[in-house]
Amino acid sequence: MNELQTMLSDTANRLFTDHLQKPVREAAEEGQWPQLLWQAVEENGFGHVLVSEARGGAGAGWSDAMVLLRACGTHAVPLPLAETIVAAWLLDQAGLDVPEGPLTFAQSDLQPDGDSVVCTVPLQAVPFAAQCKHVVAVSPHKDGVRIALFVDGKSSNEVTTIARDPVADLTYNAPAVSHGIAQLPADTVLQFGAVVRAAGIAGALQAVLLQAVQYAGDRVQFGRPISQFQAVQHQLAELASHAASVGVAVDAAARAIEANPRTAGFDIAVAKVRAADAAQIGASIAHQTHGAIGFTYEHGLHFWTRRLWSWAPEFGGAAHWAQRLGKEAIKGGGKELWTTIAAR
Amino acid sequence: MQTFRFDPCDLPDTALALRSDVRAFLASELDGFPARKRAETWMGWDADFSRKLGERGWIGMTWPKQYGGHERSALDRYVVLEEMLSAGAPVAAHWIGDRQSGPLLLNYGTEQQRQKYLPSIARGESFFCIGMSEPDSGSDLASVRTRAESTGDGWVINGTKLWTSGAHRAHVMIALFRTATEEGNRHGGLTQFLVDLDTPGITIRPIRDLSGNAHFNEVVFEDVLVPDTQRVGETHGAWKQVTAELAYERSGPERYLSCYPLMAELVQEMHGKSEHSSRDEIEIGRAVAELATLRQMSVSVAGMLDAGQNPALEASVVKDLGAVLEQRIPGLATDLLGRPFHLGAGGIDEAAAYLVQNAPSFSLRGGTREILRGIIARGLGLR
Ligand SMILES: Cc1cc2nc3c(=O)[nH]c(=O)nc-3n(C[C@H](O)[C@H](O)[C@H](O)COP(=O)(O)OP(=O)(O)OC[C@H]3O[C@@H](n4cnc5c(N)ncnc54)[C@H](O)[C@@H]3O)c2cc1C
Repeated sequence: MNELQTMLSDTANRLFTDHLQKPVREAAEEGQWPQLLWQAVEENGFGHVLVSEARGGAGAGWSDAMVLLRACGTHAVPLPLAETIVAAWLLDQAGLDVPEGPLTFAQSDLQPDGDSVVCTVPLQAVPFAAQCKHVVAVSPHKDGVRIALFVDGKSSNEVTTIARDPVADLTYNAPAVSHGIAQLPADTVLQFGAVVRAAGIAGALQAVLLQAVQYAGDRVQFGRPISQFQAVQHQLAELASHAASVGVAVDAAARAIEANPRTAGFDIAVAKVRAADAAQIGASIAHQTHGAIGFTYEHGLHFWTRRLWSWAPEFGGAAHWAQRLGKEAIKGGGKELWTTIAAR
Repeated sequence: MQTFRFDPCDLPDTALALRSDVRAFLASELDGFPARKRAETWMGWDADFSRKLGERGWIGMTWPKQYGGHERSALDRYVVLEEMLSAGAPVAAHWIGDRQSGPLLLNYGTEQQRQKYLPSIARGESFFCIGMSEPDSGSDLASVRTRAESTGDGWVINGTKLWTSGAHRAHVMIALFRTATEEGNRHGGLTQFLVDLDTPGITIRPIRDLSGNAHFNEVVFEDVLVPDTQRVGETHGAWKQVTAELAYERSGPERYLSCYPLMAELVQEMHGKSEHSSRDEIEIGRAVAELATLRQMSVSVAGMLDAGQNPALEASVVKDLGAVLEQRIPGLATDLLGRPFHLGAGGIDEAAAYLVQNAPSFSLRGGTREILRGIIARGLGLR
């Protein structure tokens, strides 16, 4: 970790440890917006970490932002922090100013309307839609993607994810507040949504690993800590290996985005496949290790495992991204495959 | 709890330039090399090929020039290895000398031993094998019973080594023998020796494996005399040497690339078809994701080695995850191609037939899955 990353990591860990106690989590799951927590996040400029300094952000790169994106998982943060980081970055990429407050983003169909653009279809299943005054909508454009900032949408179909994060559809009758073009891939929403979910999974896997190792050392059965049983050790070794693997894959994706966000599709796909597969394995091992207590709401392991289950299929599950990789690999042929893998 | 560190590692420009040289060399050298041979990768033995690599300076790459090495970085070496493995080059003859015997001698050998062996390993002329396992000592290596007894200026050896890969073709074995038995200190009385395999009293019997090939061996020692100048490191002090040697044995890209040539053949076969089911695409894609991630992890381990760190734990993670993937690829070929693979059929069928039969060994050789998971669990503070 470089200096900035160490600083971000220290600040985030301190902030989330201080402000994110169980009652806050539970209240958030009941639908209460964690205002104090959000305030602390905003005061530290976390949401604008990828925004250029010229527009008032931290001007950091994706590898730096990864520290925060992973922390969203490690601390099971019940906020649209990952969404804000991406949405703010998208605005900045399109040369637009970034408003204060939580942001989210969604795929859209944007059409020119005089000097402005309008959003012709409802934005669907937008994370934290009702909680964000501003939303960034993205649609394909011949030079990349069109990006538009909307305000005060009308939400409908409000549901929650397995993680208990709110999701809703949004409609806009008024044109965009601002809009621009960014040189990003046509499926920007899917790609950058996928990579932040993969990062969240990397963080959450690290957290469940830590909890499971700790618990296995504390829990005594047959007169000794269950960590002494080889079957338990091997399960945890497997979890640790998967957690490490996802960490490596998301770091590689971050580096690829940093090098060129238009060509990072392969690395993002790899990260999401690995993350989604490992999320299922990791959640299962963590629960098995905890026995019945981990199955209670009271215990709290579920704050992490429900996020693992929720994030695995969001923005494309393992099969979706694996199919993309598989199609590309087959199209390229046997020789090309190694060239692609070794070029990273 | 210790968490594993896999810092990202950028390959230096020298390594990237080297990659094109190696690719060009392999493209011409392995032109028309059959799929079945490529499937052997680092099990494929070809002394002439090893000599050619030696001439190019691609063996002993990181060793000091005074011992025939080339003083290049571990990352340059890494690139050569992964190009060899992905192309399915027959590197077995020099592989063990380059990977572990040479480094072991650099760390623990005498000046005379280094001069005697290292330059010829680097030239691709002297081939090594690993004499650790015995009939009653596999996972529990500290239980070895083959004895070396001091005669004053030398040692007399009696006992049996087992599963010694390539012993029937190698020149030298670096062997672990029991030199003392002390109650309660199993690790204390072990010593390593350089045994020239033409020494009288050694009988090498190849053992046929389930695929019909004879690749590993039983090596019997009957009153074999070895001068003390062939002792490696301290008398009774081999345990820490062996541990270091195993770290070399477990940390390379061969631990996830053993089946790569078949994976490439499989993708090529799919490439030739006009249609693929989504299941084909998904399964191939999933394996690609795992390969790409394992490579990042493996490069990271190489970077740590280059920086003088000791990534033994991280290497165990790569070997364990790598073996799981390697063992899946032959099954994947079976599933996706959906036809029986016949011996003698040539092409991808024969490569797959070979690897289907060899896959069980991937989670045994170099330390079993259970032993590696034990190491990882220890790293997690569980034992
Ligand atoms: C293809 C091949 C090449 C080889 N080449 C060489 C070579 O060149 N030189 C050399 O010295 N050796 C070589 N070996 C030997 C290899 O290192 C051993 O096979 C390996 O260490 C396992 O020992 P074993 O076969 O005696 O199995 P065992 O140790 O008897 O193990 C049998 C099973 O029990 C499990 N087990 C054993 N102990 C434990 C434990 N404490 N906890 C949980 N499970 C346990 C093992 O994981 C395994 O599943 C080779 C093996 C193969 C297959």
